[in-house]
Amino acid sequence: MRVVSDAYSPDTLQELRGRFDVDKIREDFPILDQQIHGKRLVYLDNAASTQKPRAVIDAETLFMARDYANIHRGVHELSQRATEAYESVRGRVRRFINAEHDRQIVFVRGTTEGINLVAHGIGKTILGPGDEILITHMEHHSNIVPWQMVCEERGAKLRVAPINEAGELDLAELEKLITERTRLVALVHVSNALGTINPVEEIIRFAHEKGVPVLLDGAQAVAHAKVDVRALGADFYVFSSHKLYGPTGVGVLYASGDWLDRLPPYQGGGDMISSVSFEKTIYNKPPFKFEAGTPNITGVVGFGAAIDYVEDIGFRTIEAYERLLLNEATERLREVDGVRLIGTAREKAGVLSFVIDGVHPHDVGTILDQDGIAIRAGHHCAQPVMERFGVPATARASFAFYNTREEIDKLVRGVRKVREVFA
Amino acid sequence: MSDLRDLYQEVILDHNKNPRNFRAMDDADRKADGFNPLCGDKVTLFVRLDGDVIADVSFQGSGCAISTASASMMTQVLVGKTLAQAEALFDAFHDVVTGDPTHAADTSAVGKLAVFAGVREYPTRVKCATLVWHTLKSALKGEQDPVTTE
Repeated sequence: MRVVSDAYSPDTLQELRGRFDVDKIREDFPILDQQIHGKRLVYLDNAASTQKPRAVIDAETLFMARDYANIHRGVHELSQRATEAYESVRGRVRRFINAEHDRQIVFVRGTTEGINLVAHGIGKTILGPGDEILITHMEHHSNIVPWQMVCEERGAKLRVAPINEAGELDLAELEKLITERTRLVALVHVSNALGTINPVEEIIRFAHEKGVPVLLDGAQAVAHAKVDVRALGADFYVFSSHKLYGPTGVGVLYASGDWLDRLPPYQGGGDMISSVSFEKTIYNKPPFKFEAGTPNITGVVGFGAAIDYVEDIGFRTIEAYERLLLNEATERLREVDGVRLIGTAREKAGVLSFVIDGVHPHDVGTILDQDGIAIRAGHHCAQPVMERFGVPATARASFAFYNTREEIDKLVRGVRKVREVFA
Repeated sequence: MSDLRDLYQEVILDHNKNPRNFRAMDDADRKADGFNPLCGDKVTLFVRLDGDVIADVSFQGSGCAISTASASMMTQVLVGKTLAQAEALFDAFHDVVTGDPTHAADTSAVGKLAVFAGVREYPTRVKCATLVWHTLKSALKGEQDPVTTE
């Protein structure tokens, strides 16, 4: 992932001014125009889920109002329209992440299901007793638990690569942990709890040198920078629609090469078969082999609209603007006495985890909410990260391109108010 | 709109900062753990009984201001109460914090715990206030499994 490092340079600012009008962008998101507890909503919980632009809401509504039917094998007009709409999004996803073929794109319910699908398949094929799966200390529970389950089932070992005080991976240690017993490395592209952008190209390079495939959890990455799965060299890349301004209940698993031929089906049912008899069932080809049952058709259509929307703004703009917000928020929060940032990696996406001396993050969340400011307080489904930093939880503000510098100002004022209430 | 001071009363902030009876108890007759998996609040409660009277209560753990203050104040008010009185207090307290937020709470039966009446206006924080009380119930029943809010 490329990060715009010169976001503060006058050139970039000037350029941004010319092509990015945040007020106009905000008009695309109807939910933002409301009061919470009598204050204008400041939505800073984007790492949990992003809000939806009108384009996505309309795409779903129009699809259900005009074109909806079940997909695949329908002879009637509506089924054809629905199939076309659904499958066209597969093509858009392929282009969005620069995959080679549509058949490498599997629609799933979300990142969690995508990882479970791969873990299940790896467990049934290449993982044996004494083998190892390598993850990192900064994984979301969804990239820990599926591997624990499959390791337990197969008598394999789960190894964990350490992180440093800044919340960065120790690459030398990670490289050492890739052994001849390692069957797969599964790691997060951008950490949801710390904001760290991992040097995944480098990690994939040295994993591949040892012949080990790599799965990337891209849930936090795809909304903030251009992801090119072929340039990264990822064997598996998984992400969710709902963190990319699309609906919930839709996600993507990308797999390179012939991985989807090699992995067994995850669930049995309709659509994933070519023929069924009581004696023998022949499975459908990928990606359909992995899409049992009626999928979230309307959600996929909305997801397609979300991709179009984001690409329309463009990642050059999104990266530069979000970097500006993150830098400003980081600097301003650092100035507040008693605030400690958790996650200070050199390469970060728009996530700001912090704790305040003597105040539990839940109380921070409640006080900010009274000012209409939505942040998340808790362990962010990353309890090992909390334990690593010796905190039970953190408060987390996370940014999207519809956030403004005024909102950062409100956040900082809110944090100062928390300090006053608890003084 | 509710005022933050309704929730974060001075008494609550004081108990959060300096929790009373915040210690382990070697000679406890009853002990129970409670946790809130959503926010990671953890509490271990110790109770020493003298017949059916609560002779001493203490707690350890970590949590937000509401849960810490609730635990701290609970340990104070329970000493000297019979098991039946403790049970009645549990019910009264529960009513105070979970009641209809559009009506003022009837705090006549809960004494100084009335400071938690503001919690009813913050539905997401009710479990913070009640966790330690559920843990008490479990301790008095001698249950082995930890209490969770979920």
